[in-house]
Amino acid sequence: MEFVIAFAIGVLGASGVWLILRPRTYQVVMGLALLSYGVNLFIFGMGRLRVNAPPVLPGEDAIDPAAFTDPLPQALVLTAIVISFATTALFLVVLIASRGLTGTDHVDGREGER
Amino acid sequence: MTGQFPQLIVAPIILPLIVGALLLFFDDRERRLKTSLAILSVVAQLAIGLTLLVGVHGSDDATALVYLLGNWPAPIAINLIADRLSSIMLVLGSLLAIPALVFATARWDKAGPHFHSMFQFMLVGINGAFLTGDLFNLFVFFEVMLAASYGLVLHGSGPARVKAGLHYIAINLAASLVFLIGIAMVFGATGSLNMAEISMRAAELEGFATPGLHVGLSMLGLAFLVKAAMWPLGNWLVPAYSASAGPVAAIMAILSKVGIYALIRLSLLVPAEGEVFGSLVIFIGGAATLVFASIGLLATQSIRTATAYLVMVSSGTILATLGLSEPASTTGALYYLVTSTLATGALFLLAELLERDQDPLSAMLFVTMEAFGETSQFDTAEEEIGRPMPQAAAILGAGFGILAMVLIGLPPLAGFLAKFAILHSVIGPGAQAMSEAVTMRLGLAALLIFSGLTALIALSRAGIRTFWAPVEPFTPRVSIVEVAPVLFLLGVIVLLSVYAGPAVDLMAATANDLHIPNGYLDAVLGAERVPPYAGGEE
Repeated sequence: MEFVIAFAIGVLGASGVWLILRPRTYQVVMGLALLSYGVNLFIFGMGRLRVNAPPVLPGEDAIDPAAFTDPLPQALVLTAIVISFATTALFLVVLIASRGLTGTDHVDGREGER
Repeated sequence: MTGQFPQLIVAPIILPLIVGALLLFFDDRERRLKTSLAILSVVAQLAIGLTLLVGVHGSDDATALVYLLGNWPAPIAINLIADRLSSIMLVLGSLLAIPALVFATARWDKAGPHFHSMFQFMLVGINGAFLTGDLFNLFVFFEVMLAASYGLVLHGSGPARVKAGLHYIAINLAASLVFLIGIAMVFGATGSLNMAEISMRAAELEGFATPGLHVGLSMLGLAFLVKAAMWPLGNWLVPAYSASAGPVAAIMAILSKVGIYALIRLSLLVPAEGEVFGSLVIFIGGAATLVFASIGLLATQSIRTATAYLVMVSSGTILATLGLSEPASTTGALYYLVTSTLATGALFLLAELLERDQDPLSAMLFVTMEAFGETSQFDTAEEEIGRPMPQAAAILGAGFGILAMVLIGLPPLAGFLAKFAILHSVIGPGAQAMSEAVTMRLGLAALLIFSGLTALIALSRAGIRTFWAPVEPFTPRVSIVEVAPVLFLLGVIVLLSVYAGPAVDLMAATANDLHIPNGYLDAVLGAERVPPYAGGEE
């Protein structure tokens, strides 16, 4: 499972980096979205990967912490998802404004040489 | 006073949040009400910041005031901490916010919707970032600050702004992701997000955790340095700052200092075998920034772009000085931080007044005003800016001269004192262990003097071109509302120069706290809960 997660994060990160270096604004947005997915998985992984271990502690009795997974990274991921979602939406608005004002979807507001 | 009201620590975050949200309910037509509420809010923030500063600097027993959100026991949950550095930055932020806001009421707040709300929300983020003691909470406040700043950079619209804003947003979104990776790695290594607890645990890590922590901290440093505009990470700064509206650029002068604040806080909290973490990288990066910005300064034509480069010069100077990691040079760097931030903020406002007529961006403003259906108000030039001020050219010229002196570092004002304090700590007779790192010291001294020279050349050229060279006499049309903020900032700078003694004492105490963070750690980890809490007395 560790390999699958690591591979997924790596692929998302690599595609994301490649895409944000592209000249079209839409590719940059997709790149940022993919990168944020990769980062969210990474935060999740930093709580250590556990199978069949709930993050919520039940009741008032004394419990064995080893039987549970760390709930904090999951809470962090939730916040990170919301924030990156909102900022991506904001970026999309600017992208559309830029397209409307300059007439091109190149990140520099004008087509490059070539 | 802070003893009775621990809630005062949370007030700089809550107050602009409430005011900003409240302002959303009023239509933009009720401008007088919105303006007065917004100004009231920033003045109150200044008062709160000063109270905190007096509370933490005036008493000998506490180096930091701690507020436990939700009354959880200390390292759990989020703590807000006001120590000397946080309080200084809070006061600095509101000292810059008041004139920027007053300046904006002359006309910029009419150039688009919700200027005042975005301004207040940005202050929520800035104040929160200064106060929080939790790494992830720092990220959240960074995002609040940046989200509002995206809106403010674009305020007034126009192709130049949108293009600069696009790059600014893309860079900062990418930097935020790096920030998140850093937080995750630090959490994975230490199991904590509380900065004080991370500091305690860093010393006793074993095995793979230590390199993990260091990689995480480097990622965090990278994210902070993007905000602080270190070369080569700071190329977004000049287009974004010079394209944005005058008052927005003025308040954004503190934005790059938030990155520097976070860097100071974290790098000095985490022990790394006697040395400050990453100090060599910070020094080299700072020096490179200084060189890059000085050369850029020589190449600029407009005062506004020159001011944006001066913000980078200021970042570079502070970073390179911090890289030496000695209390004496940190003292100078902090004093320089305060004066240069105020001076660049004031120069952004002044540049707006001086370059308004020749500026294509201002021409854009009128187009957008038309889109908002406000053309009728601006039919004639006289009406456009209210009653013109007599002798405006003389006042603006003198103001420009004083600010130039501060930024170049000529005597007798605070800019000179700040640079002198840095140089004295670097090559002065009191410099400890001169034999050590002698190349770094001499290099820094040379760079400081070189950057002063380039600033002198660039600013005197700009001044001559604006005030002396025009064939027609230079008659700027400005109103009192626009000149008063500049004069206010000048007054603060003059006060800082007159009361340089107490100010440097404060900075020295701050630098001492930072380099020996035991007081901070004790205050955070030993913070007591308010008595009636679940679980009873222990």
